[in-house]
Amino acid sequence: MITNLTVNIGKLKLENPVMVCSGTFGYAGEFKDFLPLKKLGAIVTKTITLNPRQGNFPPRTCETPAGMLNSIGLENPGLAGFLNEKLPILKKIGVPVIVSVASEGGIAEFVKAVSELNDFKEVAAIELNISCPNIESPVTSHLSPVTGRQSPVACRRLPVFKNRRLISQDPQATYQLVKQVRKATKKTLITKLSPNVTDISEIALAAENAGSDAVSLINTLMGMSIDTKTMKPKVAAVIAGLSGPAIRPVAVRMVWEVYQKIKLPIIGMGGIIDTSSALEFFLAGSTAIGVGTANFIDPAATISILQGIKSYLRKNRINNIAKLIGGLKV
Amino acid sequence: MFQVKAKIIQNKQVKKNFFHLLVDAPEIAGKALPGQFLNIKVSDNLEPLLRRPLGVHRVSKNNIAMLYEVVGNGTQILSQRKAGEYLDIIGPLGNGFDYQSPVTCHLSPVLVAGGMGVAPLLFLADFLAHSKSFKSLVFIGAKTKSQLTCVQEFRELGCKVKIATDDGSMGFKGRVSDLLTHFLQATGDRRQATIFSCGPRPMLKAVSEISRKFKIPAQISLEEHMSCGIGACMGCVVQTTSGYKRICKEGPVFHADEIVWEREK
Repeated sequence: MITNLTVNIGKLKLENPVMVCSGTFGYAGEFKDFLPLKKLGAIVTKTITLNPRQGNFPPRTCETPAGMLNSIGLENPGLAGFLNEKLPILKKIGVPVIVSVASEGGIAEFVKAVSELNDFKEVAAIELNISCPNIESPVTSHLSPVTGRQSPVACRRLPVFKNRRLISQDPQATYQLVKQVRKATKKTLITKLSPNVTDISEIALAAENAGSDAVSLINTLMGMSIDTKTMKPKVAAVIAGLSGPAIRPVAVRMVWEVYQKIKLPIIGMGGIIDTSSALEFFLAGSTAIGVGTANFIDPAATISILQGIKSYLRKNRINNIAKLIGGLKV
Repeated sequence: MFQVKAKIIQNKQVKKNFFHLLVDAPEIAGKALPGQFLNIKVSDNLEPLLRRPLGVHRVSKNNIAMLYEVVGNGTQILSQRKAGEYLDIIGPLGNGFDYQSPVTCHLSPVLVAGGMGVAPLLFLADFLAHSKSFKSLVFIGAKTKSQLTCVQEFRELGCKVKIATDDGSMGFKGRVSDLLTHFLQATGDRRQATIFSCGPRPMLKAVSEISRKFKIPAQISLEEHMSCGIGACMGCVVQTTSGYKRICKEGPVFHADEIVWEREK
């Protein structure tokens, strides 16, 4: 029996549905010793911004039960640095390259970065990172700021942000952003959503109405961890993004909710570490999946998961991955 | 870099909280250099989730030894692993000590270790003794006599060992960096000296200040919690004179004058 693993995300046709999550795979070169990169369905880069970013003050990560917190702060070489140093390496791998883009300066900067990527045919698609919890967000500064008691730690030093409101926490802001970027590119657009919302499906709907080709979810859940010996936060930015198996049930639930609300393909992610956890996401409605934190634990996790999906389909006599998508029996 | 399933040959308690782990990993053993580290999955489940980085302590043809202290849940679980079991290990990782550049090719190595910092420095001393016939001068600092380790191993390599303990239970009473300062003040000719150091951050900071004061080049090996260990996650950075650098990739060994200590806690 031949098993069809190909899936379509917008104009993009993937040989298989196993991708990596932005920020967990560097720019792929870091992983070349550990797995055949050309077997991946697609590679999503670490997020780039128009200008280089230094990132946040360390410590930037800490381990938590079945997960980890990170507040890297989108350290990246900037668009020009990416195009010169990273894209040539990515291009040679021969699988679709999805460039994750964020902005430090509002919608205009998003549009500028995306427009500049139009010239590069080796960029197969763009993922709009409007859900990073670890940078100051200028786009949403018009929204009511989250105010309250100034805690002693909040005054302590720089990495505590005044504005943590994310574009993807507001349906209007999401709609406006995606709409403007849509005008600027014909490339496949994927909008990455934050789980730090009351109803993720209404944000997904806003992205769909604004012309996004797909949505990816979930980005990290905002969390905190405290060292009781030193009474300090374990991550310098105090609040950080939680990832890993700990967030998986939340992610699966959100994929299921979004799947019922919109027609766009969903790239599901959040705590996938093995075949069975990947399959959960297909059954909940994902067309493709992203492996994230698992890359840190086992750099070849994507390949084992891909093999596992193939054997599962074969064993269950399913000849097309499409038949699995949203196959949850309720 | 390799990812291997390495058989545990021995995982022996050598002192109260110190363990000596010996694994069979020919690929990694063939490539590992002093100052590099391995990233080890200590369990086969989610507890703990992330790997644990350990410095290479000794290398033979097929085997790699690591010396570690039980400090948290990861090393606690590792200490329970038995000979005959397998560990998923990635390595060798990072940039080790630089002892081959023209500046350091005629050197008189001064090794400064604090606590577990002896682990990678013994490998360096071994390497320098066998490949370059350099006999290192070794300064070891520990809290107390019972926590001193590797003294005999350094001596067997022909190294001269000077000891400092916080409580004075052996050798100089006080910090190893103070002992180093006293020694350098009393020594006339320091032109050929290069310091190689590994230990807790405050000690490395003190060694960096000594390096600047006495105009002796120093290389320091930083320890940090890591998520990926291969340069992908950008988590384990340190502030340097040319921006943040990854301890797992550009490090763990840095030139002391590169590190911006003001921003260190």
